[in-house]
Amino acid sequence: MTTPGRPAEQPFLEIKDLAVAFPTEDGLVRAVEGVSLSIERGRTLAIVGESGSGKSVTAQAIMGLIDRKIATVTGEIWLDGQELIGLPADDLQALRGGKVAMIFQDPMSSLHPFYRVGDQITEAIKAHRSIGAKAARARALEMLRRVGIPAAERRIDDYPHQLSGGMRQRVMIAMALINAPELLIADEPTTALDVTVQAQILELITSLQGEFGITVIMITHDLGIVADVADDVAVMYGGRIVEVAPTGVLYAQPEMPYTLGLLSSIPRVDRELSKRLEPIPGNPPSPIHLPLGCVFQPRCTYWDRVAGGACLSVRPDLLATGAGHLVRCHLPAEERRQISQGVLNVVAGGS
Amino acid sequence: MAAYIIRRVILMVALLFVLTAAVFALFTILPGDPARLTCGKACSPQTIEANRHRLGYDQPILTQYEEFLSGLVVGRTYSADSPQPIVCNAPCLGYSFTRHEQVLTLIAAAAPTTFWLAIGAFILWITTGISLGIFAALNHGRWPDRLVMGISLVGYSLPSFFIGLVLIFFVILKLSWLPFPSYVSPFDNPFQFLQTMILPWIVLAILNTAFYMRLTRNQVLETLNEDYVRTARAKGLPEGTVVVKHALRAGLTPLVTAAGMDLAYLLGGAIITETIFSLPGLGALALSSVLESDLPLITGITLVTSTIVIVANLAVDLLYAVIDPRVRLA
Repeated sequence: MTTPGRPAEQPFLEIKDLAVAFPTEDGLVRAVEGVSLSIERGRTLAIVGESGSGKSVTAQAIMGLIDRKIATVTGEIWLDGQELIGLPADDLQALRGGKVAMIFQDPMSSLHPFYRVGDQITEAIKAHRSIGAKAARARALEMLRRVGIPAAERRIDDYPHQLSGGMRQRVMIAMALINAPELLIADEPTTALDVTVQAQILELITSLQGEFGITVIMITHDLGIVADVADDVAVMYGGRIVEVAPTGVLYAQPEMPYTLGLLSSIPRVDRELSKRLEPIPGNPPSPIHLPLGCVFQPRCTYWDRVAGGACLSVRPDLLATGAGHLVRCHLPAEERRQISQGVLNVVAGGS
Repeated sequence: MAAYIIRRVILMVALLFVLTAAVFALFTILPGDPARLTCGKACSPQTIEANRHRLGYDQPILTQYEEFLSGLVVGRTYSADSPQPIVCNAPCLGYSFTRHEQVLTLIAAAAPTTFWLAIGAFILWITTGISLGIFAALNHGRWPDRLVMGISLVGYSLPSFFIGLVLIFFVILKLSWLPFPSYVSPFDNPFQFLQTMILPWIVLAILNTAFYMRLTRNQVLETLNEDYVRTARAKGLPEGTVVVKHALRAGLTPLVTAAGMDLAYLLGGAIITETIFSLPGLGALALSSVLESDLPLITGITLVTSTIVIVANLAVDLLYAVIDPRVRLA
């Protein structure tokens, strides 16, 4: 489908200046502001941030899951040449579970407790095509096998509470992939699972992505799992993207002090034992009363190095600093790199 | 499942056993002489003693209790040594000497009125309460929600005797829209039955409607925020399916418990409503038995209404297991 005004070479998914705000009794909650992103087909983008950073809201905006009666959504979301924010509800509904699918954090609460898992999967098939009950069940069974459910022909008639956490997440993945989506959004898919199961689920998502050629957005607060799965990483803080980079670059040369803080608070085996973990001081900002300048300024160790106190009064822009590497910071690039290398050397235990 | 039901039934019988004992114990502790209450002020001491003997109140309390229990199973005969013995067939709940009638007969005569009253009110409050509750939840925070909640608050605050008297005053006395209530069986005269029952149904339903509106609204609002409802939307299901199949199914299930118990409670008699509208039901019977200190009748009514509640409890538990697959009966 071609839409007028669409640039010739557009990425598979492009988000431009997305903003989501919820009015509440305490004031306007600016959950997401000025988020711009793009992903090429078949790649994996990780969105990393603390709770409340706006990463889940961004994902739900792409899915059209934000209730427009409650929230205002502005900006543009282009998926494969189609703009999603202005799309009528019916068209969005057809996209959901079809071209775009999503898996959620807690598979126990995300599956309906009253319905058999097989029925929940076939319901997803029937929502998008007319198909007989038998054929739908056969497809569901095939997909359950594909996501590694043992004895799937028995498990298909189980209720969610009869399955383990890992099995439930596999069911969620089967349900998401049943209509061969082109974009899969995984919102903290391993957070509620045991560590041993986490790796299995991530591996499953990666292998299915390769097999079906799916584009994946992986939302997580855990930088530790990002390195294994993502091509690119976007770091979110206070409802905006503060740094985007190819995964390798982000780990080696992070430039935004917040990313630096995240990286140095990951426990590492090769760290000197005498060194303690470095938490980021302070708390995330309230989405109602955001700082006037840089949203990270109140927790930033380096803001006083910027001349004229710009961090206090001026919102920094997300600017390119290298190939595919964007940073939202007032510090001069040279100084950012110096700080970054200094901190990373200390963390790694080098001199 | 079968084993569970058998266990529950045994437990139920044991509970009723304890209940009869408790009611019996209570009546012996209470002040006043039950034999003295059987005849009026001008009663001679001889008559009182004779009555005491006829009623079996001269027996030790344990013997009285034994006779009551065996009466339930095999029936009993009062004043067997007199020229006119009174035979009470099993299940004998006792004999009311104030009314000269078997307790079971009295209860059986009053029960249909209460049954129709309870069923009619139940249907009325379940349909209006749940549908208005859903309506409010789906319009959460907007004026239909506020309106429904406002109505609920008013309904909740008005005592049933007040609503009943106001309705009688306006609908029957002032406007003469309905004749004075006079109960007949729906099988004898359905029209008069409806004319009599419509106001009592409304009075009884108002309080419960108010309660069920709130309950339903809160339940539905809660389930609309559940992760599995978000999953249903993420699957691309139509909004109607999301609301009805995913949110309402889960949200309304807890109402089964409340509705079952409320209905059972009502089947035991609605004292205020029955009295206001002169309906000869269990509630009115219970009230007059208390006022007349008719001990056998009080005991019988207590036993019957408790049985209804206990049976309803079991029925609700079984029903719940059918609706919610997570509930396993074992």
